[in-house]
Amino acid sequence: MVIKGREIPRALALLVWVVVWELLGQANVIAILPPFSKVLMTIPAIIRLSTFRVDVLMTLKAFGVGLGLAICIGVPLGFAMGRIRRVDEMLSMWVNIFISAPLTALVPVIMVLFGIGENTIVVTIILFSIWVIMLDTQTGVKNTKKSLLEMARSFGANRVELYCKVIVWAALPEILTGLRMAILQGVRGVIVGQILIAVFGLGQYFLYYSQNFLMERFFALLLFVLAFAWGSAELVGIFERRIEHFAKGR
Amino acid sequence: MSDRIVEIKEIGMTYEGGCEALRGLSLDIPRSQLTSLIGPSGCGKTTLLKIMAGLIRPTKGEILVDGKRVEGPGPKRALVFQDFALLPWATTLRNVAFGLELRKVPRRERERIARAYIDQVGLSGFEKSYPHELSGGMQQRVGLARALAVDAAILLMDEPFASVDEQTRRQFQDDLISLLQGERKTVVFVTHSIEEAVYVSDRIVLLSPRPGNVMQILDTDLARDQGAEAIRRSKAYLDYVDQLWNVLKNYLQ
Repeated sequence: MVIKGREIPRALALLVWVVVWELLGQANVIAILPPFSKVLMTIPAIIRLSTFRVDVLMTLKAFGVGLGLAICIGVPLGFAMGRIRRVDEMLSMWVNIFISAPLTALVPVIMVLFGIGENTIVVTIILFSIWVIMLDTQTGVKNTKKSLLEMARSFGANRVELYCKVIVWAALPEILTGLRMAILQGVRGVIVGQILIAVFGLGQYFLYYSQNFLMERFFALLLFVLAFAWGSAELVGIFERRIEHFAKGR
Repeated sequence: MSDRIVEIKEIGMTYEGGCEALRGLSLDIPRSQLTSLIGPSGCGKTTLLKIMAGLIRPTKGEILVDGKRVEGPGPKRALVFQDFALLPWATTLRNVAFGLELRKVPRRERERIARAYIDQVGLSGFEKSYPHELSGGMQQRVGLARALAVDAAILLMDEPFASVDEQTRRQFQDDLISLLQGERKTVVFVTHSIEEAVYVSDRIVLLSPRPGNVMQILDTDLARDQGAEAIRRSKAYLDYVDQLWNVLKNYLQ
């Protein structure tokens, strides 16, 4: 953004919104919106809760396992979709349905299948995050320049080398974009799953705080989760930008 | 020079969907010469080149290289691509060495060879550069060095200078000729430029429009020692250009 010829850093936009939030909170316009400063000061209190660390770790573990599985299943499937027309025809319809479907509605079904426990959370995370990984991987693989494949083959590349030395790299920018989106979807998945199960993890806090109108704590927790989601997505974003030069040159 | 390195026998190529690119095409490529394939667009020049490279299987006929039937890509043939086909994530050094990498040449050895060819095509100092940091002309030098580095007997060039500007193109043509001198390589060169074909070739093969077939073969003999400007003004050069143009223009109407 540029104002009066001067470059305004992006972070300033965030600051503007924080100020608006603070003012709205102080003015007490909306009953459930406490001022930002109060929310911020509540964060240490939440972190000090004796059960909080256990629940954070539990949530993180489920998130890691779920996202890991989504990557391990989604990337190869995306490759298959990008390379084999039959697989593409069979799967792409479902990917497109699930990527825009109200997945939250499916969580109770998962709960019936996998029980009230961590398995359900993990499956929910996979359900939320796998589609964007598949779709982006497929796009990246499909967009691999034909001449690069011909070049590798003409110099004697076998099938494995074709994948490891050409296609994986050519598709990497899209795979990373998919991963970044998948992280955000996965955070959604873990929280939605835990709220619906409401027995453990951070989800139960959300439920408890909102039901008991502990809005400062509610928003503090929300900030905490958002910061985590943003931070991990940004981590992938750093890698993405590092390979941006060749993404453009393709 | 009757020795032929490539024999193309009754090649026919019909793509999935019914597009017939080539029909009953037979042609011999003489060893250690530069043969150009030229013709109106869509006459199957590139298709023929890719069949020679072993990237496409013809629907009819066969190709022999040194008497052996082509079943796929092989170490005797190296390709140079119109769009350069460089790995965007790899440096000049790795790109030039990539053919050798795929042939399992140890790193130190292949980088030594690659450096020598980078030097030959005039890219010393750019070993660590990535393709997007190089101009089109320089990128094609990388592509050429990569093809030379695997030391194939046959260089297959698919409109290699089509994506670079005219100045670079002329410079390139001269560089190619001098690079090939003493290398005893066989070159098959696809182009749509009559002038380019006449300037660089020993033999020019005119292809007819789809389905492509050999229309005419022209063996050229230019006095190469007189310098680029003199060649382009020489009567022999201009006569060849005229001769080709007279055949080709019939297909433009």
